[in-house]
Amino acid sequence: MGVIVEQFPLYAQGFLQTLRICLFSAVGALVLGTILAGFRVSPVPPLRMVGSAWVTVFRNTPLAVVLFAVAFGLPELGVNGSYFYFGVIGLTFYTAAFVCEAVRSGINSVSAGQAEAARAIGLTFSQSLSLIVLPQALRTVVPPLGSVIIAMIKNSAIVGAFGVGGDLFANGVQLTSAQGYAAGAVLIGVLLGYLVLTIPGGILLGVLERKVSVAR
Amino acid sequence: MTNTPMIRMASVDKHFGELHVLRDINLEVASGQVVVVLGPSGSGKSTLCRTINRLEPIDSGTIEVDGKELPAEGKALAALRADVGMVFQSFNLFAHKTILENVTLGPLKVRKASKSDAEKNGLALLERVGIANQRDKYPAQLSGGQQQRAAIARALAMKPKVMLFDEPTSALDPEMVQEVLDVMTTLAADGMTMLVVTHEMGFARRAAHRVVFMSDGEIVEDAAPDAFFSSPTSDRAKDFLGKILTH
Repeated sequence: MGVIVEQFPLYAQGFLQTLRICLFSAVGALVLGTILAGFRVSPVPPLRMVGSAWVTVFRNTPLAVVLFAVAFGLPELGVNGSYFYFGVIGLTFYTAAFVCEAVRSGINSVSAGQAEAARAIGLTFSQSLSLIVLPQALRTVVPPLGSVIIAMIKNSAIVGAFGVGGDLFANGVQLTSAQGYAAGAVLIGVLLGYLVLTIPGGILLGVLERKVSVAR
Repeated sequence: MTNTPMIRMASVDKHFGELHVLRDINLEVASGQVVVVLGPSGSGKSTLCRTINRLEPIDSGTIEVDGKELPAEGKALAALRADVGMVFQSFNLFAHKTILENVTLGPLKVRKASKSDAEKNGLALLERVGIANQRDKYPAQLSGGQQQRAAIARALAMKPKVMLFDEPTSALDPEMVQEVLDVMTTLAADGMTMLVVTHEMGFARRAAHRVVFMSDGEIVEDAAPDAFFSSPTSDRAKDFLGKILTH
């Protein structure tokens, strides 16, 4: 277990890189996923099509393939940037599909009468969604969104391995393969790093869940 | 004064799949008039009510509100709905907002009223329906009758030209029906144009200018309340009245 103490700076650096990837991707995926869910329930057929197409494509494609497509596809389209940037975009696009479906299930859990009453007083579709339906959908959406975000944190390892580097997982690989530490001990350290992110994340979600369930 | 009816429905037809729920509906409601729609369940009266602000789209025919044909879904329809108040059987108060917030939301977001004006007007309306002391509670904390009165206040806050009531007392405990009907009766006496789908015969006799009787998606009778209740002309209306007035 000495490796964790000896190489603590490398672990810490990896942890921060993983945290950065996750923070950017989580914010991006939550915003994009919610917009896509709005598209999927919209009265405008082309928007609905964009929403379903997005979900179908990104939910059914392995993350590694998405990352590959982003990293090699975007430069072809004239978009240039670091692997970090592409990695975050790939993880955001991929996770947004799952966020979209979680939010959509929440939207469907709000009784149709709420949206009808909202429309009946003259609110537009987007007002009724943002002022009436989504705030009430939040109650049911927190638990599945929590699972999606925790899965995303773990998926960030694939982003690291894909060439972004410097994250928890990539640094762990470096310690075993380049510096010859025993894999078991190194991986326990890596695992602890992820747990530091996911377990408090889970607790935070529990708190949030209680908070939104009271606020009604 | 114009002779434009507040609501005009001409040759309106609607199907739910195989079911022909509205058959060639022709109906005009003059400004200031109170029309009660009666009929057995499944006769299409709720659907008729909901087509007027296009919560239910129709298959064919025209519907005009204050001389303007209902626009397709979008900003223009939202603007029209703001002028048409609607009260639902299941209240549909916004569950995550307080009673006062329910009443001020439309004026703030649709009419772009100032917060102080919206709250002043909202409180006056809650006062009028007798629940100003419940302003900071959430809908689930109120009785059904209080919720429905709040829902009426919410609709009135938009200063609508016409009010639609879709079975407003059908989900209420019997002792709460009267408090809601009282509010509606006052509203009718104040000259509001109203279309009321209900089973409350007392309200129809007392407050309505006209009774429209529907059966199987058709308007079968359209008469003054006295004439309708004392001498219905159709067999279907006689049958209906026989069932509800004998017990």
